Amino acid sequence: MSIQDVSKTFRLPHQQYSTLKERALHPLRRTTYDELHAVNNVTLEIADGEFFGIVGRNGSGKSTLLKCIAGIYGVDSGRISVAGRLSPFIELGVGFNPDLNARDNVIINAIMLGLTRKQALRRFDDVVAFAELEEFMDLRLKNYSSGMLVRLAFATSIQVEAEVLLIDEVLAVGDAAFQQKCFEEFFRLKREGRTIVFVSHDMYSVERFCDRAMLMDHGDVVQIGDPRTIGRAYHELNFGQLAHDAPAESHSDSGTTIADAWFENERGERVSSVSQEDGLRMCFEVRFAEELDEPVFAVTLRTDLGHTIIVARSDQHGRSSGSFKAGESVVAKFAIPNWLTPSRYLLTPSLARAGTGESALALVEDMASVVVHGSVSSGGILELPVDVKLERA
Amino acid sequence: MPDVGLPVPPHSPPASHGVYGPSALGGGLHRFWSLTFMLARTEFKLRFFGSVFGYLWTLVRPLLFFGVLLFVFTTVLHVGSKKVPHYPEYLLESIILFTYFQETTSGSVASLVGRENLLRRVRFPRLVIPLSVALFCFFNLCMNLIVVFIFILASGVEPRWSWLELPVLMALLVTISAGVGMLLSALYVRFRDIQPIWEVVAQLLWYGSPILYTVQSVEDKHLLGISFAHILTINPLGAIITQARKALLQSSAPSAAATLGGDVRLLIPLGIVAAMFALGLWYFNHEAPLISEKL
Repeated sequence: MSIQDVSKTFRLPHQQYSTLKERALHPLRRTTYDELHAVNNVTLEIADGEFFGIVGRNGSGKSTLLKCIAGIYGVDSGRISVAGRLSPFIELGVGFNPDLNARDNVIINAIMLGLTRKQALRRFDDVVAFAELEEFMDLRLKNYSSGMLVRLAFATSIQVEAEVLLIDEVLAVGDAAFQQKCFEEFFRLKREGRTIVFVSHDMYSVERFCDRAMLMDHGDVVQIGDPRTIGRAYHELNFGQLAHDAPAESHSDSGTTIADAWFENERGERVSSVSQEDGLRMCFEVRFAEELDEPVFAVTLRTDLGHTIIVARSDQHGRSSGSFKAGESVVAKFAIPNWLTPSRYLLTPSLARAGTGESALALVEDMASVVVHGSVSSGGILELPVDVKLERA
Repeated sequence: MPDVGLPVPPHSPPASHGVYGPSALGGGLHRFWSLTFMLARTEFKLRFFGSVFGYLWTLVRPLLFFGVLLFVFTTVLHVGSKKVPHYPEYLLESIILFTYFQETTSGSVASLVGRENLLRRVRFPRLVIPLSVALFCFFNLCMNLIVVFIFILASGVEPRWSWLELPVLMALLVTISAGVGMLLSALYVRFRDIQPIWEVVAQLLWYGSPILYTVQSVEDKHLLGISFAHILTINPLGAIITQARKALLQSSAPSAAATLGGDVRLLIPLGIVAAMFALGLWYFNHEAPLISEKL
C-alpha cells in the first residue's frame, strides 16, 4: 500500500446556510470558511503482510487518514494505491439496526462488508459460534448489551476475508475473555499475511501487534518507526507539553520559599519524561528567609487523578536535617526506584518546622510533573518487581 | 475457523477511474445489486415490524384512499363516473401508479441523510441508497397491481393482449421515479428545504396528472392556447396513466400519442423521462464523492 503526499482539508463554514431561504435572504453575505487541515502531506509505504499502527491524540487526523485509505472520503491531493482487496469497513457494526434481530443484522452487516447473501448465510454459524451468542440470535439488537453488540460485530467483521484490513479503535471493548479471543484472531490474521492498518489510542495493543507504527499530530506525521519508539513519543506528546505548565508561585507565610521543583533521571538530568527502565529523583530547592533548626523536607507524589503514591520525608528514621541560616539555598533530592506505571505524575514539595510536620512553612501543590513511559502496564498503580513461584501442594 | 467458501472480492480498487474515493457506482454489478436488494429488504422488514397487520397496510392504505375518493367523486360531487366508463378501475389504477412515483421520490429525499451511519463508515456505491428506495416501492407497486387486476377482472373487463404494454409503462414509471429520486436525495444533502418543496410539488403533480379525471374531460379547456389534454400528456405521469387506461381498461380510449396529436409528439414525455433519469444520475454521480462529508 502506498500513500503519497496525501492531504485532506475540510471546509467548515462559519454559519451553515443550508436552506434556500437563508441563501435568498443573504445573497451578498459570503459564506466564510475555516479550513481544517485534517491530513497534511502524508507519505507512507506499508508492505504486504505488515501490521501497521497509527496513533495520535484526538483530532490528529488518524481516523481521517484511515477513511481516505478506505475510500470513504476523497483526497484533495496526493495519491493512494492499494494492492489487493481492501476491506470496506473501518468500524464495527456498520448497518446494525436496533429494531431487527441479531440474525438479520449479521446478514445485513456481512453483505455490507462485501459478502453475497449466500456466503453470508453459509458463514452465519461461524459468526454465532465465535460471538458465543447462540441463544440470543432471535433477540432484537436493542435489547443487547453493549458488550454483546461488540462481540457480534467483531465476529461478523472478521468473516470478511479481505487482504487489507483497516481497523479503527476496536479493542477497547468486550470482557477479558473475549478480548483475548480477538487478540488471537489478530495474530491469526497476521500469520496469514494480511496487511492490517490499525488506528488506536491504546499503546499497549499497538506495541503488542504492530510491526511498525506512525505518530500523527495535527494532521502531520510526527514519526514513523518501531512501536516502542512511537509509544514513547506518543506519551511525551500527550503529557509532555503539560509538564512545563506547573504553577511557579510559591505559597508560604514566613518568607521561606520553594524556588523550584523538578524531576531528575539517574544521571542527574532534569526530565519531563522518563522511561520505566530509568531511575527517578524528586527534587526541589528551598530559599530560607529565617534561621531554622531541623526543618522537615517532604515530597508528595500523586497521579494525575490525585491519588497519592508516595509521601517521603527527610526526617524518616530519625535522620537530622541540620540547621539553616536565612539566605541559604538548599536542594533536596528524593531518589526512588521507578516502579510507576506509565502515566503522568505530579510532585508537591513542602517544608515544615521540626516536630509534627503539620505546620508547613512552604508548600506548592503539583509544582512539577513527569511522564513515565514504557510498555509494562499491568493495570495497577505500581509495577513492583514480582517473584512468581508455583508449588504443587 | 473452517474454510467456508471462497474469499470474496469486496472491492476491486477503482484504479481505472484514476480517482480514489467514494463514487456513485463502482464495485461491480453483483455487489451493486446485492446491496440494493439487501437495503430494500431491510426497509421492508423495518416498515412492517411491530404492526399487527403488517404488509396488509400497504395494500389497504391505497384502497381506503381510493374508497374515499370514489365516494366523494361519484356520490357527493357526481363528477366523471357517468361519462367515464370503468371510472372506479381507472381511479384505482392511476392512484396506484402515482403512489409509486410519490413514495419513491419522497422516500428518496431523506434517504442519504438517514443512512449517515453507513455512508460515513463503509465504502460502497452511493447510488445503491436511492435505488433501494425505488426497489422497495416497486415491490409494493407489484403487490398493489395484483389488487388492481382483481378489481379490473371483477368489473367485467376481459384479459387482452394489450395488457402486455403494462411492463413497458412500469419501466418508464420506475425510470422517471428513480431519476427524480436520485436528484432529490443528492440535493437534499446540500439543501434541506428540498423536503417541503417536494411535498408541494408532489401535490401539484397529483392534481396535474389525470388521476381523478381523464384527459378527455379537459380537452376543451386551454391554457395559453395549449389544450389541457396536451399539457397533461406532456407530463410523463399523465402519458403513462392515459396509456395504461387504454391498454388495461378500454381499448376505445385515446392513447397517449393520440391525445398529444401524433406519434412524434410522444417523444416529448419520453424525452422528459430520459432527461430526468440522466439528470438525476449525472448530478448524483457528480455529488457522490462529497456526500459522506457534507451530511
